[in-house]
Amino acid sequence: MTAAVFFGCTFIAFGPALSLFLFTIARDPLRVIFLIAGAFFWLVSLLLSSLVWFISVQISNKDSATQQKGLLIFGVVLSVLLQETFRFGYFKLLKKANEGLLALSQEETMPISIRQLAYVSGLGFGFMSGAFSVVNILADSVGPGTVGIHGDSQHYFLSSAFMTMAIILLHMFWGVVFFDACEKKRWWAVAIVVLSHLVISCLTFQNPQYVNSLVPTYVLLFLMGIWAFYCAGGSLRNLKLCLTCKDTDFLLANHRPR
Amino acid sequence: MANNAEDVENNRDANEMSEPRQQPQEATVTRSRPGRGSGGGGSDGSSGPEQNGQPPTPRPPRVVDAEDDEDEELTLKYGAKHVIMLFVPVTLCMVVVVATIKSVSFYTQNDGQRLIYTPFPEDTETVAQRALNSVLNAIIMITVIIVMTLVLVLLYKYRCYKVIQGWLFLSSLLLLFFFSYIYLKEVFKTYNVAMDYFTLAVIIWNFGVVGMICIHWKGPLRLQQAYLIMISALMALVFIKYLPEWTAWLILAVISVYDLLAVLCPKGPLRILVETAQERNEPIFPALIYSSTMVWLVNMADTDRPKRNSTEGEPPQQENQQAVGSPAPSSPSQDDGGFSSTWVNQQEHQLGPLESTDDSRREIQQMPSARPPVDDEDDEERGVKLGLGDFIFYSMLVGKASATASGDWNTTLACFVAILIGLCLTLLLLAIFKKALPALPISIFFGLVFYFATDNLVQPFMDKLALHQFYI
Repeated sequence: MTAAVFFGCTFIAFGPALSLFLFTIARDPLRVIFLIAGAFFWLVSLLLSSLVWFISVQISNKDSATQQKGLLIFGVVLSVLLQETFRFGYFKLLKKANEGLLALSQEETMPISIRQLAYVSGLGFGFMSGAFSVVNILADSVGPGTVGIHGDSQHYFLSSAFMTMAIILLHMFWGVVFFDACEKKRWWAVAIVVLSHLVISCLTFQNPQYVNSLVPTYVLLFLMGIWAFYCAGGSLRNLKLCLTCKDTDFLLANHRPR
Repeated sequence: MANNAEDVENNRDANEMSEPRQQPQEATVTRSRPGRGSGGGGSDGSSGPEQNGQPPTPRPPRVVDAEDDEDEELTLKYGAKHVIMLFVPVTLCMVVVVATIKSVSFYTQNDGQRLIYTPFPEDTETVAQRALNSVLNAIIMITVIIVMTLVLVLLYKYRCYKVIQGWLFLSSLLLLFFFSYIYLKEVFKTYNVAMDYFTLAVIIWNFGVVGMICIHWKGPLRLQQAYLIMISALMALVFIKYLPEWTAWLILAVISVYDLLAVLCPKGPLRILVETAQERNEPIFPALIYSSTMVWLVNMADTDRPKRNSTEGEPPQQENQQAVGSPAPSSPSQDDGGFSSTWVNQQEHQLGPLESTDDSRREIQQMPSARPPVDDEDDEERGVKLGLGDFIFYSMLVGKASATASGDWNTTLACFVAILIGLCLTLLLLAIFKKALPALPISIFFGLVFYFATDNLVQPFMDKLALHQFYI
C-alpha cells in the first residue's frame, strides 16, 4: 500500500512537469542548461531566506510557540519575495547573456528566444521548488508508518502531491508572465505575479483545511495559465488551429506529415 | 583520475581543404588529482597521439576565413551540447552511488576499518581531538597524492611507459574484479538473494574481462562509457565507506585546491606533465578519462567510420591519418590535452593495501580515434573529456551528502544541482580560455557550500514548513 501511495503521489506531483521536460526541453541542450541554472537560482534564494530565518530564530525566544509560528510566517513571506527577486535577477542575467551572444555571433537570431527562456526558467524554478517541498515527504511515504496517527489529517500525502503539482505549474506560468512583463516594462503585471505568489503561500497557512487552500490555488493556477498563454503569444485562433491539427506553420516546422 | 574536461576538437583537415580553419582549440579541463597510483598510461605505443591529458595548448581559435565571430557562436553551440554530454554521465554516476548508499547499508556502516592513508580515528572524545585527527588524515592523504603524482611525472619524463601501463592495468584489474565482487556480494546480501559461487564466478569473470577489453583495447563507445561510470561509482563508494566524515570533507576541499595549483601553476606537476607530453608531441598516456567521443585504434580508421552517436574523437591520430589521406593534422601541438591533470589525479594513492585503485581509474585509455576524412560537421567532431577522478569526487560528495546529511534528499538534490552548475561554469571557462582547466575546484566548492548550508540552514526551515504544510 505504501508503494502505491509513493508512486501515486510522485506521479501526481511531478507528472505534468516531467512530461513537459521530456517533450519540450530534454532534446535541446541549451534549454536543459538554462533549466538547471534556474533551479540553481531558486536554490540560492532559498538559502538566503533560510539564513535570515535561522538567524531570527536563534535570537528569538525558542519556547514560545506563537513566536515561532510568527517567525515561520515571516520566513515564508521573505522567501517568496526573495524568490521573485531572484527571478528578476535571472531575467537580467539572461538578457545580458543573450545580448552578449548576439553581439558576438554573426547570426541574426539568438540561439534561444527570451520566451523560451522564460518558460524554461520558470520550469526550473518549479522543479526545484516542488522537489524541495515534497521529496522528503515522498521518501517517508514509502516507509512503514501510519498517516495521521496523532489525529492529523489522513490526506497529508495526497494534498501535498496536489499542492506540489500546482506550485510547479504555477512557477512555470509565473516565469512566462514575469519575463514578458519585464520585457514590456509592465510593472503592474510583475506586481500581480508577486502578489499571486504571496497569496498562494498564504493560502497554505490554513492547511489542514485542504479545501480552503487547494481549491483557490487551482483556480489561480487556471487563471495564471490562461494569462501565460496569452503572454506567450497564444490566442483562440492559434488554439483552434493547433487542436484541429491545421496549423501548417507548426506542422511544417516539425516535419510532421498531415 | 584525470579530472580533465577536455574539449577535444578534431583538427579537421578536411575542413581545411574547404576553408582555412585552424585546428579547433582544445580546451582541456584537467584536474590534477594526485593520481592514485595510476601512472598515466603513457603513450601507448599503439595509440596514436592521444590527446589525453595533454595540457591545453592554447590553440588558436577556429577561424573560418579569418572571421572570429563565428567562433563565439560555434563555441557556444559546441559548449551546450558538450555540457550535456558530460551532465548525463556525471548524473548517472551520482544516481548509481546514491541508489547504492540508500539501499545497501554496507557502504554506510562503520566497521572500524580505515585506509592505511587515514590512520587516525575520528571517534575520539573531544571535538578538538577529532578535528586534529581529521586534519592529520587529510595531510597524509594529500601528501601521498602529491608523491604519487611526482612519481608519475618522473616515470613519464624518463619514458618508463611500461611501468605506467602495467600500473594502470593492475589498477583496473583490481577494480573490475575485486571491488565489483564485493559490491555484488553486498547487493545480494541486502536483497537476500542466494547465489552459488560458480554462477558468481562466471558473472564476475565476464564482467571483468569485458571491462578490461573495453577500457584498455577496443569496445563499443557506450559500453566503454558505462564501464567507466561503473568503476568511478565503485571507487566513490569505497571512498565513502572508508573515509571518516570530517576527513572526507577536508580531503575534498584540499584536493580541489591542489588540483587548482597543480594545473595552473607553472611549476605544477600536472602542468609539467602536459608540457613534457607536448614537447614530445605525444598524447599523455591514456589516463582514465571519460570521453564522449569514439576513439578507435588507428588501424580501424581506414575502413571504419567511428560511431557517430557521439562527437568524433579528437584527432590525435594525426600521424595515423596521414596514411588515410586526411590533411595533415595541423598540430601536433594540439591536444595535449590537459589530461595530465587528470592523469595526475589518478595518482591518488591507492586505497588500502591495494595498489592500484586509482590506477584502475586511470586506465581508461583514449584510443586514438579514427578520423573520417570527410566531415562537414565540425561540431560533431569535438569531443569532451572529463577525468575519472572528477567523476569519483563528485559522486563521493553527493554520496556522502545522502549518507550523512540530516536533510537527506534536500541536501542531496542541492549538492547535485550545485555540482552540475559548477561543471557548467567550468566548461564555460574552458570554452573561453581554451586551455586545460581543473574541473574540481568550482564544483566541489559549490558542492561543499551547498552541503553545509542546506544541511544546517535550509533543512530546519523546510522541516518546519513541511510540518505545518506551508508552501513557499
